[in-house]
Amino acid sequence: MSRVEVHQRDEVGSEEFDDTPSLIELVTPKVLRSRSRTRSRSVGLRVLSPLLLLLLWWALARANWLPAGSLPTPYTVVKTFGTLFSHDLWGQIGDSLSLAGFGLSIGVTLGFSLGLMSGLSRIGEELFDAPLQMLRTVPFLALIPLFVVWMGIGELPKVALISLATTFPMYINTAAAMRNVDRKVVEAARSYGLHGIRLVREVIFPLSLPGLLTGLRFSLSLSVLALVGAETIASNGGIGYLINQAEQFQQTSIVFCGVIIYAALGLSADLLVRVIEKLALPWRAGVSVR
Amino acid sequence: MSAALEMRDETLAVDTHQLVRQFGEHPALNGLDLKIRRGEFVALLGKSGSGKTTLLRLLAGLDTPDSGELLVPRSRTVVFQEPRLVNSKRVWQNVALGLDRSSATRAAAIGALGEVGLASHANAWPATLSGGEAQRVALARALVREPQLLLLDEPFAALDALTRLKMQQLIADLCARHGPAVLLVTHDVEEALLLADRVVLLREGHLGFEVDVPMVRPREIGVEFASLRRRLLSELGVDQ
Repeated sequence: MSRVEVHQRDEVGSEEFDDTPSLIELVTPKVLRSRSRTRSRSVGLRVLSPLLLLLLWWALARANWLPAGSLPTPYTVVKTFGTLFSHDLWGQIGDSLSLAGFGLSIGVTLGFSLGLMSGLSRIGEELFDAPLQMLRTVPFLALIPLFVVWMGIGELPKVALISLATTFPMYINTAAAMRNVDRKVVEAARSYGLHGIRLVREVIFPLSLPGLLTGLRFSLSLSVLALVGAETIASNGGIGYLINQAEQFQQTSIVFCGVIIYAALGLSADLLVRVIEKLALPWRAGVSVR
Repeated sequence: MSAALEMRDETLAVDTHQLVRQFGEHPALNGLDLKIRRGEFVALLGKSGSGKTTLLRLLAGLDTPDSGELLVPRSRTVVFQEPRLVNSKRVWQNVALGLDRSSATRAAAIGALGEVGLASHANAWPATLSGGEAQRVALARALVREPQLLLLDEPFAALDALTRLKMQQLIADLCARHGPAVLLVTHDVEEALLLADRVVLLREGHLGFEVDVPMVRPREIGVEFASLRRRLLSELGVDQ
């Protein structure tokens, strides 16, 4: 009883070592996890860091600290972009993207199908897994000469190279995702009469989608990477070709343009998968911690 | 099929004969004979490792016996210890899991959700439900097919005490209304006595003890309850 009275007299800022050591101060707990930021602020922060880099580059060029010839100024790069666009850069990007997209769709389909078989059945895993894991470690760029010997110098070796490069990440992620679907949920679905294609379509596939999309992410970025290699094969267009050419003639500003185009492509690929995730995985939204 | 099962009683929903299931050297079930009548509510008690869940999985068709005979109705459903909902399907779609897609199915699913008090959650995602709600969805999923045998594998084990009491009441009501044969696996003696018509005790892979529970419903904890409870606990090796 008396302790309560002490507490009331003491109010908020009581000394720590006063004559009532048993008095416990009550506080509102600090929330450790900050509330999620607003969308506009989050986008703003995302844009901020590249902008700062750009600013630094511009400042260095302005102060004449950039070694001439090896690092172009932002102004030269913009000017080079102007020249490139007047020489049908959009067309080149379009050619490259259709090539990458074609190879990617073959590679992803192949990787998905193989991953499906390997992830769903023991026999499939035993059949496909070992050879695919072996092939996976072969650096695909080293295969270019081989592909040229086998398939000539047309579009075929290019598409084949991109397909090959994009098959493996899709395969590995598909197989792993299918294998990792909660066996207990699958068993429950089986006990409720789902089996075969319906079980895969209604339960296993949707639950493994997060993993599949990770595979797609990797494959997307590899497809543009493989493009540079593919367009060394007797090309006369495309952004990979552009970079290769510029590299040979030491035109650093064109190489820089290529780098920026690639950065933009990488960013849009990531954005694309994010949109797919948002549309295809509504059941995951807002329940990250529970 | 043996002679014993050929002369089969038409009133039975479950009939097992000398059921054996072995895991390595260890027999989980060792010649089990169990009969459950249609509409009868049987609670299966036993220490952990006594083969309760093994028996339930055999009855559900999730596992095959090593020997012995086993007869169960064609329509049977399971409520597992965990809800085991498909997270990528909405709540009502989980209830309709494995049924053909028609407006009638949807209506039935929402009806079943109404019976467990979750009609308003029909379009929610399972990941947004609480543990008790998710388990009620699992119950609705099991009941929407009007099973002749309902298998409950410690369905309340993961729930808090208050939710468990509500769920027990709900199960009692729903089973009285739908009238399936029920096998409830549990290790809670009071729960068994509150719900079951008959309590069966599994010991070292076969029936150790069984007792009818003749008390009228709704049941309350009284003298008769206490003496039955003491009896069962002593059979389980807990002396008070």
